[in-house]
Amino acid sequence: MRRHHDMGGLDAGPVVQNEHDFAPWEKRVDAVLRLLSGPERRLITVDELRRGIEDLGPGAYDEMSYYERWIASITNNLIEKGVLNIDELGLKMADVEARWDADRAAKNETQNEGVK
Amino acid sequence: MSDMQDNGHHHDHDHAHGHRHPFQPDLEDGDYSYYQVMTEAVIELLVGKKVITAEELRSTIEVIDSKSPVFGARLIARAWVDPAFKARMLEDVISAAGELGIDAGAIPIRAVENTTAVHNVIVCTLCSCYPRSLIGLPPDWYKARAYRSRVVREPRAVLKEFGTQIPVDVEVRVHDSTADLRYMVLPARPSGTGDLDEEALADLVTRDCMIGTALPKSA
Repeated sequence: MRRHHDMGGLDAGPVVQNEHDFAPWEKRVDAVLRLLSGPERRLITVDELRRGIEDLGPGAYDEMSYYERWIASITNNLIEKGVLNIDELGLKMADVEARWDADRAAKNETQNEGVK
Repeated sequence: MSDMQDNGHHHDHDHAHGHRHPFQPDLEDGDYSYYQVMTEAVIELLVGKKVITAEELRSTIEVIDSKSPVFGARLIARAWVDPAFKARMLEDVISAAGELGIDAGAIPIRAVENTTAVHNVIVCTLCSCYPRSLIGLPPDWYKARAYRSRVVREPRAVLKEFGTQIPVDVEVRVHDSTADLRYMVLPARPSGTGDLDEEALADLVTRDCMIGTALPKSA
């Protein structure tokens, strides 16, 4: 019996040699982990990050993208450690989403003005 | 961003166009994902609680962007022209990198040398451990299921998919990295490169040469 992340030696299809430039948000996730795990803070270890990723379970592990798994694990670790609480996170996410929707609406309006 | 990681393949909401304000999501691309919202929310909360600062975040991203295979290639070119350096590099990559003014971080990295008898290739079957400080961020395929599963079992077949054919009389060794020990391949110097200086030699060494899925270009 092995856990789903422990895949060495299993069958799999051809290696799809895809690559992409990392998006700004992905680099931000990477940077947050570096800062939280660095010597000044030591809030999350790399092993805790990995444990959080492995605990996402087989479905999520395979469906989420790499940095999606990272931010999910980072966030869960921060909640477990009491650095963040789930309620303030929920409120802040709603706030971010509302702001981005408003930004986008404003931007679309400007673009529409432009073509008139 | 290393140009070696840009071959134009993009993945859903992971677009990167390089002209975006760092605090804006991918608004012009339409939908943003739940996890992008989560990322922004977590960052704003951490900054608000003074756990991290926006300035630290910005400078850390600069450090990430500054890492590229150029550093690893410089080490390898030096090892090709200086046998004593190569010996020191095989002993301790981080201190050898320090001799060239390259910060290879704190996590041990072991260089594994290709010879006429042995070809090396690296993987992290459990996750994505990789000598980022010397090669930059790992490509998507290095972190994906097919490579991680198969390269330890049928490395020759996997290498062939990368266009790299290893003669049957050459042993293939696969090194499985961990969070505490990463590997990098020290490729063999290609023949016909006797006239090249160190800088020109470094140009022959690509990221995939240091992963072991490719061989250095001949001059």
